[in-house]
Amino acid sequence: MSPAAAAATAARATTTTAAETHGFLSPTGVEIAFLLVGLVTFGAAVVTVTTKQLVHAALWLVVALGGLAVEYLLLTAEFIAWVQVLIYVGSVVVLLLFGLMLTRAPIGRSPDADSGNRWVALAVAVAAAAALVWVVVDAFRTTWIDLDGAAAGSTAVTGASLFQSWVLPFEALSVLLLAALVGAIVLSRRTKAKATATPSPPGPPRPPGPRSDVPRSDKEGAR
Amino acid sequence: MHLAYPAVLSALLFCTGLYGVLARRNAILVLMSVELMLNAVNLNLVAFDVWLSKTAQDTLHSGQALTLFTIAIAAAEIGIGLAIVLAVHRNRGTANIDVLRDTAESGTADTDGTDGTDGTDESDDDAVSGSARSEPAEKAEATA
Amino acid sequence: MTTTTLAVLVPLLPFLGAAAGLFLGRSAAGFVRPLAVLPSLAALALAVAVAVRQGGGRAVDAATELTPTGSVPVELALHIDGFAALAAVLVGLVATCVQIYSTGYLRDDPRYPSYAALVSLFTSAMLLVVYSGDLMVLLVGWEVMGICSYFLVGHYWETPEARAASIKAFLVTKLGDVPFLIGLFALAADTGSFRITKVLGTVASGGLDHPTLIALLLLAGVAGKSAQFPLHTWLPDAMAGPTPVSALIHAATMVAAGVYFIARLLPVFAASAAALVVLAVLAAVTMAGSALAALAQDDIKRVLAYSTIGQLGYMTGALAVGDRGAAVFHLLAHGAFKALLFLAAGVIIHAAGTNSLAAMSRMKDLRARVPDAYWTMTVALLALAAIPPFSGFFSKEAVLGAAEHAATGHAEHVPGAAGWIVLVSGLVTALLTAAYATRLWLLAFRGHGTEAPDHGRQPVAMNSVLWVLALPSLVFGLATGVLPDWFDGRDLTPTLATAVLGTGVALVGGIVTYGAWRHTTALSGRFPMGAVAAHPGADGGLVEAEAIASHEPAYGSAASAPDPADPGRLLLGPLHRHAAVGFHLDAVYTTLLVRPVRGAAALVRFLDREVVDTYVRGAGALPRWLGTAVRRAQTGNVQTYVSALFAGTVVLVVAVLLVATAGA
Repeated sequence: MSPAAAAATAARATTTTAAETHGFLSPTGVEIAFLLVGLVTFGAAVVTVTTKQLVHAALWLVVALGGLAVEYLLLTAEFIAWVQVLIYVGSVVVLLLFGLMLTRAPIGRSPDADSGNRWVALAVAVAAAAALVWVVVDAFRTTWIDLDGAAAGSTAVTGASLFQSWVLPFEALSVLLLAALVGAIVLSRRTKAKATATPSPPGPPRPPGPRSDVPRSDKEGAR
Repeated sequence: MHLAYPAVLSALLFCTGLYGVLARRNAILVLMSVELMLNAVNLNLVAFDVWLSKTAQDTLHSGQALTLFTIAIAAAEIGIGLAIVLAVHRNRGTANIDVLRDTAESGTADTDGTDGTDGTDESDDDAVSGSARSEPAEKAEATA
Repeated sequence: MTTTTLAVLVPLLPFLGAAAGLFLGRSAAGFVRPLAVLPSLAALALAVAVAVRQGGGRAVDAATELTPTGSVPVELALHIDGFAALAAVLVGLVATCVQIYSTGYLRDDPRYPSYAALVSLFTSAMLLVVYSGDLMVLLVGWEVMGICSYFLVGHYWETPEARAASIKAFLVTKLGDVPFLIGLFALAADTGSFRITKVLGTVASGGLDHPTLIALLLLAGVAGKSAQFPLHTWLPDAMAGPTPVSALIHAATMVAAGVYFIARLLPVFAASAAALVVLAVLAAVTMAGSALAALAQDDIKRVLAYSTIGQLGYMTGALAVGDRGAAVFHLLAHGAFKALLFLAAGVIIHAAGTNSLAAMSRMKDLRARVPDAYWTMTVALLALAAIPPFSGFFSKEAVLGAAEHAATGHAEHVPGAAGWIVLVSGLVTALLTAAYATRLWLLAFRGHGTEAPDHGRQPVAMNSVLWVLALPSLVFGLATGVLPDWFDGRDLTPTLATAVLGTGVALVGGIVTYGAWRHTTALSGRFPMGAVAAHPGADGGLVEAEAIASHEPAYGSAASAPDPADPGRLLLGPLHRHAAVGFHLDAVYTTLLVRPVRGAAALVRFLDREVVDTYVRGAGALPRWLGTAVRRAQTGNVQTYVSALFAGTVVLVVAVLLVATAGA
């Protein structure tokens, strides 16, 4: 985490010198809030990918995704923020927790949570981060978002654009979700021999159950 | 607000997710990392959309629309992904990615075997059938 | 039905029989024997009908062109003159006899259906050769006969002798067929047609540009097919096939195809005096050498095989002196009595349980066991030895008469030297022929010693055909006066000088052999030897296969036996050792051809394995090393793959950015 953080600070240092009109040293309140929440989000994300406790990873993921929802709010994209909370925090993470349980993931610290590929992965990630941050900062260090005025992502605005300009992709997406629903059911069905051996009734929750909930809730959330 | 803030945060989150995808052993953790990467992209989309919608008069709000689409597709992806992971777990007795080396060259088959036993230690009866089933496959590779 | 229709049916019926036999052989076992015998019988009847209708008059010619075939047309043509009509009757007769004989001889053979079908196919091919008026169609029959011969010689393919013999027969005849094919093309190129009538017309008008070359090329094929020196070595070995096959293919018909071919195209050969002299020399060497070799053989069928080569030599001798009437006359007479000899030999082998004359000479009363074979074989041997009034006398005298005619310079276009060569060698061979015929008869039927083993009565199917074939041997000589009407019209009656001379030397040969036999036969009691087949109740085919397979282990050689009681050993003296192995011709071939070819093959193999492959291996080594290196990257771990992918992406992106910014 430290090299990534160092890269981040280095990136901030480069922005400082360049920002003239809206000096970096005189940040607005929104910026400070964004920065703080961003730090929390980033920290939670880093913990998510490094913790040795699998369930904790899922919980830290909630923090990271929730932090992102706050960032969306700060960017005045309120609709997206609530969708984020509903779908990611509400269902995806729950689904991941179910997945962890169904695959009998160990509770507590598991020493082999990271594979032997860790150092290569770290090197690649740091190199990618350095390249990306360098490019992004170099390109957008003076760009300013004007957050005053009407919210850019209010429900009315989003709904209008979605159902005026984006109706066809939206419907196509619903078909995709249906296909994903069917696919998930087919994939998680047990083989026929096992299906006859353990008939459907009570038992443990069948895998398709929670999974088939998801796309539906997605759809509802999207609408 | 400077556009650089969300852009840099997005880049960092993306790379964190990338690290997770490359380094995590459990397939579900890999899926979580993928979610992180997708969210990084979403943040980017929203930030640029907000910036463009303020500078241009007429806008399609394409960034936000695409964000919604990404969220929906990500949800579908996680559903399918988890189904696959469960199917693999049922058949192989493990959800560890680095054990699933069926495409490996036969020269490294031995190390695969040891990895397989390590990975199956934690699981119960499914593991026995899984490892027993994977043995002929490895033999077939060795002869091929 | 017109004569043409009848003639078309003659080769077609055995062919249909062969096809039906091959397809139905396994499923409908009951139809196999009728399917084998009846088509041949019908073909014989039709051939007789054709001969009667043709009646030695004008040749029947018919042709149809199925499809254009380029500059020189190939037509389905018939050309039936007196030669063709009579030769077809002979082929039909011998084939029918052989088919009937085979039903008894191979009655327990599991491969009988395919055997019978192949014999039918062979008959069809031979009839095609006989009737065809187009050289390409003739060649088709010619080659089909070759492949049938290969399969039938290899009928007992369990024995190594049969396998080797079939391959040898095939290769040696093919060795002749390659120049034969080139000769046919050259002939067609010179005359512009494959039709025999047109070819002969062109030759008659002197339109042949390269007569000697063409004649010698064709001669190579004829020598291969008709077992003439120096391509005759396959025929004695071909005796490893079943006896009926030897009778049909290697005595009466296929080997006669070469002679018949020259007889058809004699004007082509007569156009070149050199070719005639070569033919005469080949005939002389073949005759005398094969007769000497026949005197030293122990296997009864090999004696007959060498005798066949010698008699074919007579026919080519007659052709060399330009008398195809005499040649075909001898062909017909010889076909009948030689088929009889072989079939009778099959009966004897079955009854005695051995094919060795040495073993037979130590059996008492073998003739009493096989009275039919005894009497018919006696007739046939007398015919072979050219004793009047049997058929062989008249046909051989016709040959000698023609030779004398040419030697005294009365024949047109024929060099006198050819006449003298054929005449002298013919007389010498007549002496030797009588000698080995007498030896065969004495050793087979006048043995002393233990009782011959009882193998039961011979099947009627086998005995009856012997008498059928004995008939022409007895009375065919009467046809001497009629035959010139069918042939070229030249007189075939024996002249006094050659008749007295020929009969005289034949009698001398027989008497000398008898004396030698009286001298040596006492030894036979002191030197017991012989091996007899182990299955007295089996059919003839099995007994013969065992006899052939056991000859070499029992006597040390497939051809001869160390028998001091053999009169041939006394007569030949030091020559016996060489004659027994065919005058070392096989050894010469081994030295001249087989060893160099094997050496070249070994060299090529060495070059391929050690030189070429070294380069190939060297070229393969580098990719292999690279592959080994690359293979190490294929861990099967998806995460390493993705890591490499992203690392590469980052590197590329950075590179592109650096280039872009450097440009800006």
